[in-house]
Amino acid sequence: MQPLWSQQAVLRAADIISTVEFNHSGDLLATGDKGGRVVIFQREQENKSRPHSRGEYNVYSTFQSHEPEFDYLKSLEIEEKINKIRWLPQQNAAHFLLSTNDKTIKLWKISERDKRAEGYNLKDEDGRLRDPFRITALRVPILKPMDLMVEASPRRIFANAHTYHINSISVNSDHETYLSADDLRINLWHLEITDRSFNIVDIKPANMEELTEVITAAEFHPHQCNVFVYSSSKGTVRLCDMRSSALCDRHSKFFEEPEDPSSRSFFSEIISSISDVKFSHSGRYMMTRDYLSVKVWDLNMESRPVETHQVHEYLRSKLCSLYENDCIFDKFECCWSGSDSAIMTGSYNNFFRMFDRNARRDVTLEASRENSKPRASLKPRKVCTGGKRKKDEISVDSLDFNKKILHTAWHPAENIIAVAATNNLYIFQDKVN
Amino acid sequence: MMLSKGLKRKREEEREKETLAVDAWWLDPSLPAAAQAPPAAASSSLFDLSVLKLHHSLRQGEPDLRHLVLVVNTLRRIQASMAPAPTLPPVPSPPTAPCAADSLLASSDAALSASMASLLEDLSHIEGLSQAPQPLVDEGPPGRPVGGSPPSLGALDLLGPATGCLLDDELEGLFEDIDTSMYDSELWAPASEGLKPGPEDGPGKEEALELDEAELDYLLDVLVGTQALERPPGPGR
Repeated sequence: MQPLWSQQAVLRAADIISTVEFNHSGDLLATGDKGGRVVIFQREQENKSRPHSRGEYNVYSTFQSHEPEFDYLKSLEIEEKINKIRWLPQQNAAHFLLSTNDKTIKLWKISERDKRAEGYNLKDEDGRLRDPFRITALRVPILKPMDLMVEASPRRIFANAHTYHINSISVNSDHETYLSADDLRINLWHLEITDRSFNIVDIKPANMEELTEVITAAEFHPHQCNVFVYSSSKGTVRLCDMRSSALCDRHSKFFEEPEDPSSRSFFSEIISSISDVKFSHSGRYMMTRDYLSVKVWDLNMESRPVETHQVHEYLRSKLCSLYENDCIFDKFECCWSGSDSAIMTGSYNNFFRMFDRNARRDVTLEASRENSKPRASLKPRKVCTGGKRKKDEISVDSLDFNKKILHTAWHPAENIIAVAATNNLYIFQDKVN
Repeated sequence: MMLSKGLKRKREEEREKETLAVDAWWLDPSLPAAAQAPPAAASSSLFDLSVLKLHHSLRQGEPDLRHLVLVVNTLRRIQASMAPAPTLPPVPSPPTAPCAADSLLASSDAALSASMASLLEDLSHIEGLSQAPQPLVDEGPPGRPVGGSPPSLGALDLLGPATGCLLDDELEGLFEDIDTSMYDSELWAPASEGLKPGPEDGPGKEEALELDEAELDYLLDVLVGTQALERPPGPGR
């Protein structure tokens, strides 16, 4: 059955949200923002006394992940904005995630504390040390329940390995290593080791004058721990196998769709630049997002994608204006549904698009406080591209290009999606299923 | 010869007006997306816009490399399609703060050099300029180390600015009407005279560069050796 999306929550963040990510079970949803903060939401457990609150996401933990830093050598400030968050698979009661800004990656441990020890011998209840001479008897401290406290502590800091801006991090399926990618290099880390990393891709030319291409995204294969892909500003994706050589400058597979000569323009390269690449959960496919479309690739076929979905083709005639106001450089992300049957990506005017791959249907929805009431199902939107504008349609010229949805996430198992619209986080749920 | 900032703004306004005109052309639904060759005015306006973006990008402390690369590539595309035109764009000046290899300044300056080199290369094909910039076509002006510089020390690009050629007397006259307010920019070092290349400066300059190489090597060693050192707290903390 076709899902009917309804707004479950809208949460206002202190700053512009820069990344959104569900954990592997979907019970936790992490957001990072421009101010270096991480906010984690937790899904409420089913509660018979409050049936409406089933599945609601509420704030679980908030912490300052990164602070602004100053690079004295270059006299530059390093932004604290969180570029990416990736969860580690859960191995015990605590949760671990990696968060990164432009230069430094941090491993955070998020743990719960619901008990407190009382009756220490060497210190008072308020923490002050007791005078040892005053202690005349020994007692065994007892554990008492307390209000749940969620603590976040930095466990590892992976710094000084990137000259250029980090755009991606990806945890390996071996659960021991992860990669971090900047504009020109990709490094491989071991989660336990912070003082060194291995450089596995380096596309920096010997002579910087020859630089014509940068790395835009990178990801490990979900099952094959030796395989990863990285995308470029020229619209290509390279798949690399770490078993073939230590330095993966030579790719195993090269994915590029030949340019359509009829739509060639000055902006061809810019709009072909890939802003995000994501493997399907199955590991058989990968998806790339360029400026105007989302493409699904079969890993066994390098010559062209198996599916191409137009996100906002009506913008093709506006490329010059979008170049002028720099919107053409916006980096949209994309994501798969848990079953890989659907894909989602953002657009302008707080619109986001969903493509049902099986039913070959697509829909445009809007993340807006004004236009949707909680629990009412979202009405599909339509952009009028020319001619007479029908009722409820919006014309291309009325689109607000400041309202862009760059970051979206899909629950790994259910039809729950998180959409970041500037400062607001929207959570939508499938009412029907 | 320095032009005032007032003149610079006027030029920008003109560019904006031209860009709007280009917009109108691009928005024309009857025209397939760029299937036709754009009118010369549109290309020139796009070119100017791209050069403006390049300037703006390079003025950032740490330019967005992706943005920079895409703008430079687009600029090359536009220029390739443009018929030889008399308008010459203002040439950007390099940042001159010395720093170790692999710094972003080096990369931004290198990208700058790239755009510079290609612009100058193309300018050499423009009618009337074929003789003058000839010595500049081969990888930069005389005096700048070519081939001898170790590839890893990209910072050397900073020491041999391609814009040194602008001070070449042969070209200065041609560039008279160009907005040179970039020279007013804080990025332009006051000690520019020392960087002016000339045949007699060649060997001496290389010597000086070798010394700087040694200094840079030393700096690199220091950096690598002190990688684990804590950074002092930032200002105001």
